Amino acid sequence: MSDQRSVLTGEHFVNGDWACAEGGLAAGCKFFAGYPITPATEIAERMSKRLPEVGGVFIQMEDEIASMNAILGASWGGSKSMTSTSGPGFSLMMENFGLGIMTETPCVLVNVQRGGPSTGLPTLVGQADMMQARWGSHGDYEVIALAPQSPQECFDLTIEAFNLSESYRIPVLVMSDEVVGHMTEKVVVPKPEDIHLVPRRKPSVPPEEFKAFQPREDLVPEMCTAGEGYYVHVTGLTHNERGYPVVTAEAQDRLVRRLVDKIRLNADRIIRVQEENLADADVIVVSYGISARTAKSAVAMARAKGYRVGFLRLITIWPFPEKRIRELARKVSAFVVPEINFGQIAREVERCAGGRARTIAVTHAGGAIHHPGKVLSVIEEAIRVKSGSGLVEETLVLR
Amino acid sequence: MARTEVRVSGFGGQGIILSGYIIGKAAAIFDKKNATMTQAYGPESRGGACSAQVVISEEEINDPEVSAPSVVVAMSQEAFTTFTKDLDPGCTILIDEDLVQPGASRDKLFAIPAMRLAEEMGKKVVANIIMLGFFAGKTDVVSREAMEQAIQSSVPARFAELNLQAFRRGYDLAVAAA
Repeated sequence: MSDQRSVLTGEHFVNGDWACAEGGLAAGCKFFAGYPITPATEIAERMSKRLPEVGGVFIQMEDEIASMNAILGASWGGSKSMTSTSGPGFSLMMENFGLGIMTETPCVLVNVQRGGPSTGLPTLVGQADMMQARWGSHGDYEVIALAPQSPQECFDLTIEAFNLSESYRIPVLVMSDEVVGHMTEKVVVPKPEDIHLVPRRKPSVPPEEFKAFQPREDLVPEMCTAGEGYYVHVTGLTHNERGYPVVTAEAQDRLVRRLVDKIRLNADRIIRVQEENLADADVIVVSYGISARTAKSAVAMARAKGYRVGFLRLITIWPFPEKRIRELARKVSAFVVPEINFGQIAREVERCAGGRARTIAVTHAGGAIHHPGKVLSVIEEAIRVKSGSGLVEETLVLR
Repeated sequence: MARTEVRVSGFGGQGIILSGYIIGKAAAIFDKKNATMTQAYGPESRGGACSAQVVISEEEINDPEVSAPSVVVAMSQEAFTTFTKDLDPGCTILIDEDLVQPGASRDKLFAIPAMRLAEEMGKKVVANIIMLGFFAGKTDVVSREAMEQAIQSSVPARFAELNLQAFRRGYDLAVAAA
């Protein structure tokens, strides 16, 4: 349980970035390393003020490469740790994000997405890092990524991200965006005793028997902390259960298959979606983050007009809710997928629909959010044209 | 109450974003409604055009964008020109009469010399709070009590009394002129 100082119990009128920082603190985060970047700076700023108050450490690093490495080191040192960034910094963090995957290091990385590629739109919204979150580091692996749609969810999902990172020994991504990060709304912070926290699963055997990469039944190994008498070797190279490099196809298969399976086989436990009006739906709008809010306005307008439209919001983006989309594809004629990119999650939906239903990507280059009226017109088109399958793109202009 | 949209606009340094924040906080925390504030400003923190948008509703707020405001506060000529185009006829417009020349006469346009009144109080920085008092008196978007609580909890404690006086100055002018 977190202490009182770390949890600002009560009602606050604050932005999403503030809420990510306070969510981290409420989860017991005691170490933050980062480099300021719009629109994520407010997270680092808040942490720089708050961490010293709760006995934690804030370090402004020389860049994002070092920031990611520092939080991995802090995690092995026994701290819950966190960083935050946006587009260009996310690119720099990717190499060591992969190191975190390979070394199975729990920590949390918040990406407050802005328009890209490159420096793009520093002050304006984007959702175009969704595939970078999935595949941005080299090699093959599975990730966990969550997408908050409000400041309240920035708080709640940052806590959830810490819990998932401890449960599965993996760096977890919170994929926020500029509008959610800078939007100010009421955030309710519960009492410390009402916040569910997953503690680190420490070694259950004495040091001489301990293997830092020996999986338990759920494929996740226990984790020791530096300085407690447990010897451990931590490397990005393919390694055996003691952590020592073994550069063979057999060791690779054993390790990387487990890194993939520990997420795939636990996917049902990890995935969270919000579903509304799916029972009678002809068309389902699938969205996430800020786009899910404007999409929900459009769904309400469509239902007011008598159309049978359902709403599916992805709270967990990765692992992707494949099973659910496959089931729904048998019952509906189309999925409408608004997102602030050129169809990243829409392609996942299309893959899972497997030709049984059409997928209409409601695309947007970034810099603004979708207009609900435009999403409504795509829904109406989807209702009208029942035939066809595969991926169709409806490009949005600025609102 | 269905959805109500408010835009507060001016230039950086006038406390525009804080004004939007206080309206939103009054509605969300003290009037117990839902409120969403978003903001737009240029790369410069002082002098550039800026605006705060607040959506208030008793229902869930999905779309955070302001498209049909019921109230526009304009504290600069540029803001007035930009944000009073294509308004619904019922929209209330509040301006600082020394900073904005409205041109053609309009229904539901109300003016006070907020900046000048603030100077008379010896603190130019409270012009935005005087305007918030005027806003609270001229509209029924948020309650007076909620606004006072929001101000008190948003400014440094040693300036709370000054800000509350500024608020009441604007409020009294609004009520007297009604």
